[in-house]
Amino acid sequence: MLGIRCAGLVKRYGDVVAVAGLDLAVELGECFGLLGPNGAGKTTTIEILEGLTSPDAGEVEVLGVPWADREGAGGRALQERLGIQLQETQLADKLTVEETVRLFASLYRRSHSVDEVLRLVDLEDKRRSWVSKLSGGQKQRLSVACALVSQPELLFLDEPTTGLDPHSRRELWEVIGRFRKAGGTVLLTTHYMEEAERLCDRVAIMDHGRVIALGSPPSLVATLGAEHVVEFALADGAAAGLFTADLAALPGVRAVRTGPERTALTVTEVHRTVPALLALLERRGAALSLLTTHHATLEDVFVSLTGRQLRDA
Amino acid sequence: MRDHPLGQLTLARMREFYREPEAIFWVFGFPIVLAFALGIAFRNRGPGELRVGVAPGPGDSSIAAVLDHSPALAARVLDPAEARAALRAGRIALLVAPGEPVVYRYDSTRTESRLARLEVDEVLQRARGRTDPAAVRDERVTEPGSRYIDFLIPGLLGMNLMGSGLWGVGFAVVQARSKKLLKRLMATPMRRSDYLLSFILSRLVFLVVEIAALVGFGWVMFRVGIRGSVTALALVTVLGALSFAGLGMLVASRARTVEAVSGLMNLVMLPMWILSGTFFSYARFPDAMQPFVRALPLTALNDSLRAVMIDGVSLAALGVPLAIVAAWGLASFSVALRIFRWR
Ligand SMILES: Nc1ncnc2c1ncn2[C@@H]1O[C@H](COP(=O)(O)OP(=O)(O)O)[C@@H](O)[C@H]1O
Ligand SMILES: [Mg+2]
Repeated sequence: MLGIRCAGLVKRYGDVVAVAGLDLAVELGECFGLLGPNGAGKTTTIEILEGLTSPDAGEVEVLGVPWADREGAGGRALQERLGIQLQETQLADKLTVEETVRLFASLYRRSHSVDEVLRLVDLEDKRRSWVSKLSGGQKQRLSVACALVSQPELLFLDEPTTGLDPHSRRELWEVIGRFRKAGGTVLLTTHYMEEAERLCDRVAIMDHGRVIALGSPPSLVATLGAEHVVEFALADGAAAGLFTADLAALPGVRAVRTGPERTALTVTEVHRTVPALLALLERRGAALSLLTTHHATLEDVFVSLTGRQLRDA
Repeated sequence: MRDHPLGQLTLARMREFYREPEAIFWVFGFPIVLAFALGIAFRNRGPGELRVGVAPGPGDSSIAAVLDHSPALAARVLDPAEARAALRAGRIALLVAPGEPVVYRYDSTRTESRLARLEVDEVLQRARGRTDPAAVRDERVTEPGSRYIDFLIPGLLGMNLMGSGLWGVGFAVVQARSKKLLKRLMATPMRRSDYLLSFILSRLVFLVVEIAALVGFGWVMFRVGIRGSVTALALVTVLGALSFAGLGMLVASRARTVEAVSGLMNLVMLPMWILSGTFFSYARFPDAMQPFVRALPLTALNDSLRAVMIDGVSLAALGVPLAIVAAWGLASFSVALRIFRWR
C-alpha cells in the first residue's frame, strides 16, 4: 500500500487552473515535500488529499482509501488516521493550550493524552496560556500538536514554518523528526529549499500546478551536473550578458545563467573557475560589484528549471 | 477516559463566550441597565397634588386655606397678572375668582384642569355646608402588572433572547469560518451535528443565567413578579432561545466575514427592535401593518412572555404565538443546514 497516490489530479477555480494534472506516489514511512513558489498549487493539492476540497478530475487514494469511499462514515474513518495542519488556521484565541488540545483529542476515537502531545511539541510549560498569548512559533507547534493528537499514520503539514524565525523553525523540524522516527508518514509543503533538503526523503518541485521535477534532494541537485554555484555582478551591469560563450568556456563551468542583475555559473570546482573568471574580467576591463559562491541547492534547481527565483516567483 | 466531543465543543463555546468581557456586558449587563433606567424614568407617579390659584377678592385667603387643606390640592393667592400667566403656562390647573358666584377659570381640554375643577368644587361646596345623600368610601388599589416596568421586563427578556441567540450563534460561527477554524474542524472526524448542537447547548446554559439575572433584577428593584407558572416561563424562553439560535444559524450560514454577518444581523434585528413591542405596544402601528408585525418571531415571543408574566396565562392558551416562534426556528434551522458553508 502507498501512503498517497494520485494521478491526473486537476482543480480549477474559474479560469485559474490551480492543479493541472498532478501525479504523486508517497511511500509509507516517507517524508515527502511539495516545494514550489506561492501560487504553485501546493495548498490546493494537499487540501484535496486531506479531503477538504474535491478535485475536478483525477484519481486520489490516501492510505488505500479511494476518493469515492470518503463520503460520510468512510471519510470519518479515514480522518481518524490523518493528522492535519492547515496553512491558515487560527485557533481560538481565548482557549488555553491544554483546552485546545483536549478539544481536538475528544474528536478522535484514539488519541494521545494531553500530556503526551504537549511533550511531543515541547509546550508543556505553556499549557495554561491562552492561545492569543503564544508566540508565532508556539502557535505553530500547537497547531501541529492538534494534528498529532490523533496518533496519525499520515501527517499533512502545509507550510508549517512559513513566517517563523530560524530558531522556531528548527524546533518544529525536531518535532517532525520525532514523528518520523516513530514511523509516521509526512507530506509537507514549503517554499524553503533548506527545509525540504533537511526534512524530506523526496521532493516534488511544483510550478503552475504541475510537478516539474521529482526525486531526493541530492539527486535533484545532481541534475545540475555540478555542486557549486558562483554568482557575480558587474559594476556597470550592462556588460553582463555580452560574453556568455567565454564564460561557458572557463574551466569547470557546466552552465551559465544570466539574470537581470547577476550572472550565475554552475561549476564543479570553485578553486579552478574563480581565478579564471577574475582573469577574464581583468582582460575585459570589467569591475566586479559582487562575487559569491555557494553549494548548489534545490533553489538553484528551481531557477534552472524556470528561470525564476523560488522565493519571489 | 475519552472526553465526549459534544461536551468539549460545548465547553469551548462557553469558554470563548465568558472570556469576552464585552459579550458579558451586552448579554447580561446591558438589559439590566436598560431596565433600571427606563424603570426609573417611567415609574407611575399618579397626578399628585393639583396646583390651583385664587384671585384677589373677598375672602380670598380663607378660600385658599380651605383648598390647600385638601390632600389633593395646593392653593395660593396670586395677583391678577401673575395668575393669568400661571394659568397660561400650565403652572396652575385652575384659577378660583371669589365672589357671587364663584368663578372657576380653566382650560376644559386639559385633563388636569378638569380634575382640579371637580376637586375644588367639592371642597368649596362642602365648606359651605353641602352634605352628600349617599355614604361612600374610597378603596385605593394599585393593580400589579399595570406599570410600565411590568410591560418592559418581558419585552427586554424577549429582546435579549433575540440578541444573544443571533450574536451568540451567528458571530461565533462566522468567526470560526473566517479564521479557518471551521475548516480545520472539518478535517477531523467531528460530526457536523455535534458542532451545531454545541451552540444550542451552550445557549441553553447561558439562557438560565440571562433569564435569572433579568427576572431577578426586576423582582428585587421593582417587584416585577411572575403571575403564571415558572415552568411555563421556562418553556417559553427555551423555545424562544432555540428559535433565535436557528435564526442566528441561518444568518451565519454563508457569511465569510464578521463584518458581513454583523450587517446581516442588524438588518434582521432592527425591524423587530422597532416593531415587536419591546418598549411600547405594537398596537400603535396602523392596522394594515398588524398582520406583518404579529408574524415576527420577537412579537410572538414578547406576547407570550407578557401573557405568562403579567396575565398568568397557561401555555395551552398560547398556541398561536408559540407556533409562530417555533415555525421561525424550524424553518430557519432547516434552511441553514441546507445552505451552510462548512469551510
Ligand atoms: N478558493 C480559491 N478560489 C480561487 N482561486 C484559488 C482558490 N484557492 C487557490 N486559488 C488559486 O489557485 C492557485 C494555487 O493556489 P494554492 O494552491 O494556494 O498555491 P500555493 O499553496 O502553492 O501557494 C493560485 O493561483 C490561487 O490564486
Ligand atoms: Mg499555500
